[in-house]
Amino acid sequence: MVRLGFHRNVIRLSLLLGIIGWVGLVTINLLIQFARTHDLPSGFKPELALVFLCLYLLSVSVYYRFITGRAERVNFIDLLWRVFATGLLATIVSLAIYLFYLLLGNSPLASKVLLLSFFFHVRFGLFAAFIISTFMVWKQLILYQKSKRLILLWQIFEYSLLASIAFVFLPDRQGVDAILLTILIPLFVLGIILSVNLKWVAYLDFRQKWKSISIMLAIAVFIIYYTLELYNEVVALEDLPELAVLVVNPFIFATLGFTLVYSIFSLLVIIFNLPTSSVFEQKLEEIINFQRLSQSSQSGYDISQVYDILLESAAKAVSADAGWIEATTNGTPQLLTKSMTKERVEIFKKRLQANTEQPEIINPLPRPRLQRQDYEQRQRRHRILKLPEYRSVLWIPLVVKNNINGTLVLLKEVSDGFNKEMVSIITTFASQASISVENFQLMNETLVNERYQEELKIANRVHRSLLPNNPITNEAFDIAAFSEAADQVGGDYYDQYQINEQKFIIIIGDVSGKGTSAAFNMSQMKGVFHSLAPLDLAPDTFLAYANSALGRCMEKTSFITASFFVVNTQKKTISFARAGHTPTLYYSRRKQQACYLEIRGLGLGIIRNEKFNQYIEVSEQQYESGDIIVLYTDGITEATNQQGEEFGFDRLREVVINHAQESSKILQKKLIEELYEFCNHEPLNDDYTALIIKFT
Amino acid sequence: MVDVRTDFEGDSCLITINGEVDASSSIYLDEALEKAVNADVTKILVDCQNLNYISSAGLGVFMSYIQELEAKNKKMVLYHMSAKVYKVFEILGLHQLLTIVETEEQAKTGADEI
Repeated sequence: MVRLGFHRNVIRLSLLLGIIGWVGLVTINLLIQFARTHDLPSGFKPELALVFLCLYLLSVSVYYRFITGRAERVNFIDLLWRVFATGLLATIVSLAIYLFYLLLGNSPLASKVLLLSFFFHVRFGLFAAFIISTFMVWKQLILYQKSKRLILLWQIFEYSLLASIAFVFLPDRQGVDAILLTILIPLFVLGIILSVNLKWVAYLDFRQKWKSISIMLAIAVFIIYYTLELYNEVVALEDLPELAVLVVNPFIFATLGFTLVYSIFSLLVIIFNLPTSSVFEQKLEEIINFQRLSQSSQSGYDISQVYDILLESAAKAVSADAGWIEATTNGTPQLLTKSMTKERVEIFKKRLQANTEQPEIINPLPRPRLQRQDYEQRQRRHRILKLPEYRSVLWIPLVVKNNINGTLVLLKEVSDGFNKEMVSIITTFASQASISVENFQLMNETLVNERYQEELKIANRVHRSLLPNNPITNEAFDIAAFSEAADQVGGDYYDQYQINEQKFIIIIGDVSGKGTSAAFNMSQMKGVFHSLAPLDLAPDTFLAYANSALGRCMEKTSFITASFFVVNTQKKTISFARAGHTPTLYYSRRKQQACYLEIRGLGLGIIRNEKFNQYIEVSEQQYESGDIIVLYTDGITEATNQQGEEFGFDRLREVVINHAQESSKILQKKLIEELYEFCNHEPLNDDYTALIIKFT
Repeated sequence: MVDVRTDFEGDSCLITINGEVDASSSIYLDEALEKAVNADVTKILVDCQNLNYISSAGLGVFMSYIQELEAKNKKMVLYHMSAKVYKVFEILGLHQLLTIVETEEQAKTGADEI
């Protein structure tokens, strides 16, 4: 803001000083001339007029220097227009004055020296303003894409030029020409060197170039016209020596020369650049399209938009008359067309396939990623022909992850319409688009995968919450439980329920299969357990109800095995039934032996009718203090080591016998340790659960 | 991995299982059984001599055809089963629902008793 304010103030001040300078100059010169014509002493020294002249030139320079927008911000044509407008205004005023004298004809007023002098001052003022403003605009054009060296050169040039204003004070007209030359020659050389900086021309498009040519031409004409007018006038008004110094001074010469030379240089360069500008524009567009393609995955486009850009830019790059892209996005086939209907594409495709003679297509170079054989096969399939409407066809495969994901077809009405450069640029476009599509797919996969992982984590939490976190402990027995799923979620289940002070239910279950589907069935099992448990059912009745309930909601190939125990701590009995579950291991302290409780049973959900009951058996037995029940799932007995050996029933029994004296917690820990050791600490590929109940 | 072969012979279908039937390979067993159940045969003989391991998913496949076989009045007999694999069927209770015999002859005669 401060800078802006400073700018504005400088502009205002220079404008004010400029006006003062000009008015002062006119006044003094007119007074001097008036005094001379009337043979009066003017009292003014001519040097005072020169001071005002300097003030005027300096102020105008400063004014235009600050008011001219930078080419980086303003576009070139706007800048040129501004110069043109200034030139036009100055020329119109000059013409108006000329017209005015024409109208005066031979009237006495026409020969009044003071009036002539005044008008000369007006025209000089406008002329100076015009060439200085042009100069400042040229400066912006030259300094477009500047280098340090260029800026330095320019500063030397600009400041020397401003300094040269001071030469108007040279008193003696004799020898002035020599001085003029010594100043002008180096300035002129510097000006020529600077004038070759025409980079801005390259950034004009075709239309802008034409506009620039006309504006430049007009500007050059204005400058030449004005120069001739003023210098003619100076010669004509020989008897007014004060006027000559206005235009015959190094500053005006140098500025004038430079602006004119630069206008002519620009004009020529623009004209010579005209024929190549369309190529340059096309290349620029290709680069932009290429960028769009490569950045498409970050710019929120989707895959079909990528293909859209590809078709658009490819067709433009080779000036194709029509074309289409056929591609599969997310499994759905897609057809994008350019300058032809979908129906016509189908017709053409058929015709292309039918017409295998006269191969005229230029096929792209084989992509190294494709197997050669593959490629040739495809090439044969797509080898194409002359079509009545389109005499050149370019077929490019879109290869994503080594698979042909689609094809890009471009058609041209002329024959041999695709040259080598075109094929290579289209191939580049196509592979860039393929990369973008591949990126998209990777991004999507990552997203899906992340979401999947996230959901599995949730499932794992839910799964954990389905298992009781605090095993029941009381004076009669204590329980230690351990459960681990092979995946995030599993199908192993155990639970407990206290019916009354002396009656407890314990269940262990194993859902067939593993992973998510098993976990769903396991949660059903939990629901069934908790709705049936409070009913205080006998083990076989419980299992029959559970079979009936689960049979209705499980898949045909799914089943659940379960062992159901009712512990009566008052009678010191266990009553149990087995629904196809691995037989429970029972350790008797008195016998110092452990055996499997093998009773008849059938998995839940296998027979989904009343016949189930006949396969279930209930068994009841007394327990004694120190006896141990080990409930487990087949993940433990079927755990295999590297030799393919199973942990098995015997090892399980050994472990229990060896550690029977320990508490349930320690026994469970020992069991897990031995199991891991057996498997060499490899992760088990099944869910496994162990529940150890020790009576006290 | 598993290799399941299906051979049709007159009114019977012979399914030979080689290898391990687990969660991922049980689909081949399922395909073979489905083919046999829907074919114009009355007897399905399953040779389990080279069946080394069967997981709960594999058991689920056998189990899922029990009622369909009954409804279609077809007889399925499993034979040559190793003791280890038989134990798995036994624990689940499937041995009560499926006919599992020792030899091929027994299987053939067993299948005739309808």
